Amino acid sequence: MASTTHTLTIPSSTRFLEDVREFVATHATDANFSKMSVEKLKMAVDEACTNVIEHAYEGQSEQPIDISIIVNKDKLTVLIRDKGRSFDRTDYEEPDLVQYAKSRKSGGFGVHIMKKLMDEVSYRTGGGVNECCLIKFRD
Amino acid sequence: MSNFSVGFRTSGSVQILDLHGELDAHTAAELEAAIQKCQQENQVRILINGSDLLYISSAGLGVFMAYIEEVRESGGDIKIAALQAKVFNVFDLLGFPMLFDIMESEEEAVEKFSEAKAE
Repeated sequence: MASTTHTLTIPSSTRFLEDVREFVATHATDANFSKMSVEKLKMAVDEACTNVIEHAYEGQSEQPIDISIIVNKDKLTVLIRDKGRSFDRTDYEEPDLVQYAKSRKSGGFGVHIMKKLMDEVSYRTGGGVNECCLIKFRD
Repeated sequence: MSNFSVGFRTSGSVQILDLHGELDAHTAAELEAAIQKCQQENQVRILINGSDLLYISSAGLGVFMAYIEEVRESGGDIKIAALQAKVFNVFDLLGFPMLFDIMESEEEAVEKFSEAKAE
């Protein structure tokens, strides 16, 4: 089946998150996804890239993050790849908001948000590359 | 160049923070600095006006989470008002209405602070 791919590479700094959101919004809108789906995609990709910056590259700001958007007839797939530390996302638990506030935690919602916003979220690591795959089907 | 800024206003004893632009992992530090400024000035009745807030990610939400207990322990609160629908949806998605007063208008939120004071 025919698909179209768009790619963007950013350095691992939060200052480029705005560019990532614009890149996702442009291509998801061009692919005729609804406004609501575009918002969800923007946010999920932002969270995935933020995790890479903070956890995979641990604050190093010049490492590459490759983002690919693949548009198919029935879905939009975003692949976020990095060569940083592979961190275990499988220990994810749904955060308890009240406990979070009590312990004054400020992070840890990223994966939770991604899973709420996307139809599929998966991770794999191989050959020194970590890949996060986000899938959103058409409404 | 940051696409986020915080404006400061007061209404009686309530400190209003007007959030403009997009709040993400890059700009969250500015909101954190604004809340710390309020605390340093003993302005702990903090009202967030989100009418010009165009986007929020978990990093922005995390700032509210990190400070709410501390602000409440000093007798204040962080109330949130006038959020755009798409931004409210993100707060709602994570169950924030359970933990924060989120009002439709700034007036309602100011009123709610007055009620709390009268009690």
